[in-house]
Amino acid sequence: MKQPIYLDNNATTPLDPRVLEAMLPYFTEKFGNAASRNHAFGWVAEEGVDYAREQVAKLIGCTEKEIIFTSGATEADNLAIKGVFEMYKEKGNHIITAVTEHKAVLDTCKHLEKNGARVTYLGVKEDGLIDLAELEAAMTPETILVSIMYGNNEIGVIQPVKEIAAIAHKHGALFMTDATQAVGKIPVDVNTDGIDLMAFSAHKMYGPKGVGVLYVRRKNPRVKVTAQMDGGGHERGMRSGTLNVPGIVGLGKACELCRLEMESESIRLSALRDKLESTLNQMEESYVNGNTQHRLPHVANISFKYVEGEGLMMAMSDLAVSSGSACTSASLEPSYVLKSLGLSDDLAHSSIRYGLGRFTTEEEIDQAIGVTQKAVNHLRELSPLWEMFKEGIDLSKIEWAEH
Amino acid sequence: MAYSEKVIDHYNNPRNVGTLNKDSKFVGTGLVGAPECGDVMRLQIEVGEDNVITDAKFKTFGCGSAIASSSLATEWLKGKTIDEALSIDNMDIVEELALPPVKIHCSVLAEDAIKSAINDYRVKNGLEAIVLEKSHH
Repeated sequence: MKQPIYLDNNATTPLDPRVLEAMLPYFTEKFGNAASRNHAFGWVAEEGVDYAREQVAKLIGCTEKEIIFTSGATEADNLAIKGVFEMYKEKGNHIITAVTEHKAVLDTCKHLEKNGARVTYLGVKEDGLIDLAELEAAMTPETILVSIMYGNNEIGVIQPVKEIAAIAHKHGALFMTDATQAVGKIPVDVNTDGIDLMAFSAHKMYGPKGVGVLYVRRKNPRVKVTAQMDGGGHERGMRSGTLNVPGIVGLGKACELCRLEMESESIRLSALRDKLESTLNQMEESYVNGNTQHRLPHVANISFKYVEGEGLMMAMSDLAVSSGSACTSASLEPSYVLKSLGLSDDLAHSSIRYGLGRFTTEEEIDQAIGVTQKAVNHLRELSPLWEMFKEGIDLSKIEWAEH
Repeated sequence: MAYSEKVIDHYNNPRNVGTLNKDSKFVGTGLVGAPECGDVMRLQIEVGEDNVITDAKFKTFGCGSAIASSSLATEWLKGKTIDEALSIDNMDIVEELALPPVKIHCSVLAEDAIKSAINDYRVKNGLEAIVLEKSHH
């Protein structure tokens, strides 16, 4: 079977062969437990982990001691938010986040609401950015944490992180960011940006699955989180559990490659993305979702009106993309991120996300354009809504039988 | 989720796509679903002598299963009498297309579209609309 063209790099990225090469010895001869202090096997593994810590720290501008390795960004989000809530509950119980956050943040906040937290979910403007004045107004003396993502996974918009951090700090709260889509793609520096806690994972930047990072600031201020897992006291007591040495080595290598190649790579990717987006946007009744100025270089999210996303993806089986539509009886709800931009449900159902990556070629983009155009035209031929639109019927005036 | 071969076949080669003259008194049109829900079906029948359905056409906005369900429905409708058409049950469609549980609503929508088209035809021709015995919603 011919492999489809992979344009879902926001879901996960392929492992870079150079990362794999760095990892391999840690599956075989360097198999030791990094916590074994009494023999060479342990020392070798620990060396690998220490080097990875340096590579990660260099990418985000922190020190090695501020890196807590986790199983991924979801665990890091949980540890950050639950850990801060428990550690700082003397000070207050209020957390501020936004409606477009990843479920790992939203559901963690919902969980804490059952345990006495008060959570404010900020809405976003039409372009997907939060309103800074609204954030400022939501701050209270009880606010302990502001958690706003760096770059959005569905539409790629980049939040004004530096300004958000300043507002949080002005009111004595910590600033945490889920930077899973941003780290390795754009310059992220925890000091320049004023970040106190930051979650990200390896598999979104050409590293392995199952390994991630929680950055925890150690100076100005010294941030502490309560451990969410009890055990051997690894990672300065904040995250017990034997270290995933090969995964961590891979994460380190992935960070190093991103740091060295980010500048040229983001120029290349945004040029390809712009080509894809501007060509597809020339199609009738197509709409680009999210702010087009402040965004990640590799994401395009486009709605093709009068065509349903899941049906569209089926017609584009040569492409691996994702859609904001979820046509299942369990959830007829389209993407909550797109809906929070004020998109109508039908436009949200009609959306396709293209996520480009390191291994995406211009030839693939040209093919993706052709496949999309053909599929959209084919499905519009089948669409009663398209026919009605062409006849000049106002679809909003029809009384639809909701089901 | 993987689609069954029959869904893929109907999706790739939809039968009877098109539009009949909705103003003709021989034509019944059913438009069901809602854009907000992610699927809308329009199913049309043309009725000849002895209440036999001589032609059927559809257009659908929706996922592959919704398109396949309506395509299959038009195939089944042709040559049937109205009474026979009324006996088509959504579970027949589920079975034929091997729809998974999360896609059963697509077959329900197709059954609704058939009944709605028949009612449109009946009302146009001075007959009473049939009260649909079961509501799936």
